[in-house]
Amino acid sequence: MLNLAVIIAFGLVSAALALTFWRLLRGPDQPDRILALDTLYVNAIALLVLLGIHLNSSLYFEAALLIAMMGFVGTVALCKYLLRGDIIE
Amino acid sequence: MTIRLLPHPILTPLLTLIWLLLVNSAAPGQILLGLLLGWLIPLFTLRFWPDRVPIHQPLTLLRFLFLLIYDILVANVIVAFRILLGPKHVQPAFVVVPLDLRSDLGISLLANTICLTPGTVSAWLSPDRRTLVVHGLDVRDPEALVTTIKRRYETPLLKVFEPC
Amino acid sequence: MLDILLSVLILTGAIFTFIGSLGLARLRDFYTRLHGPTKATTLGVGSLLIASMIHFSAQGEGVSLHEILVTLFLFITAPVSAHLLSKAALHRRVESQAQVPAQIEEAETQTHFAAPTVDRL
Repeated sequence: MLNLAVIIAFGLVSAALALTFWRLLRGPDQPDRILALDTLYVNAIALLVLLGIHLNSSLYFEAALLIAMMGFVGTVALCKYLLRGDIIE
Repeated sequence: MTIRLLPHPILTPLLTLIWLLLVNSAAPGQILLGLLLGWLIPLFTLRFWPDRVPIHQPLTLLRFLFLLIYDILVANVIVAFRILLGPKHVQPAFVVVPLDLRSDLGISLLANTICLTPGTVSAWLSPDRRTLVVHGLDVRDPEALVTTIKRRYETPLLKVFEPC
Repeated sequence: MLDILLSVLILTGAIFTFIGSLGLARLRDFYTRLHGPTKATTLGVGSLLIASMIHFSAQGEGVSLHEILVTLFLFITAPVSAHLLSKAALHRRVESQAQVPAQIEEAETQTHFAAPTVDRL
């Protein structure tokens, strides 16, 4: 039961990753691409958490936490670059 | 003296709690290490912190938090349905919300709240901090949206941060 | 019993994550696309993390609560990045289906710094 749910969830999250990636490639404007990148981080966290449940190991948690932190910093830095043309003032 | 040794009385237990969650254990050694970190980090980062804001009516804040959690759940379901229905069924609009809040913390909390709740994202804050522009995913009645935001979210925040 | 609860949580999480990305791919202008990822994905990842929390707590090696950190972090950062993104988009005058208030147009033309001209990031 749990295994089946995890496998279906893997499929759904992978589809989400593919859709996001499509937006990243296509995105007509730069904010679109940054948004796609941000969503990609969140989807990667979801995938890692699922992998942790599937393999029954809590090792992947640290990776998820790191992606959450670095993803946020990256998004903010890119937005700041678009707003100011500079990251560190 | 207490201010110099313990600049942020709330931050210290909070950092300890975060440390314990991070190491995922509650061994006495870890609690001690967490307390040490929680005491040292505020001491070293003292200069980066903005002025402390007094919190009035903590109960209102708590009630506001529960309201927020409920609204986040509802918001997610609503937005999910709008997305599934497709782009033809959304009617996006920008609405301008005049702000009564003046403190930085209050405004940022309001903006964050708006982002997390039904179909709205706070899009832009005017440089004089008097108005907040909100983008709604499906706005049929802009006036009603402004009234809801002001009554539901801004009033409790006003009570907590700026009672007068 | 626990299995059913976990399966429901995992499936809800995955479906919300998927819908969030679907919104990103499907909606028409940037500002509406912003809604999908900020809301749907936070709840999606949130319920996945709750499922993970229950799963590892039920293993019998003590309570596993560190997933709360990631959830909390996502819930705090998602609005901030959404606000910054929409601000950047308004600054660059990304096309919008909705009418942009005149106030923003005025303020953004007055800002003294020029928008960076880059073709790709």
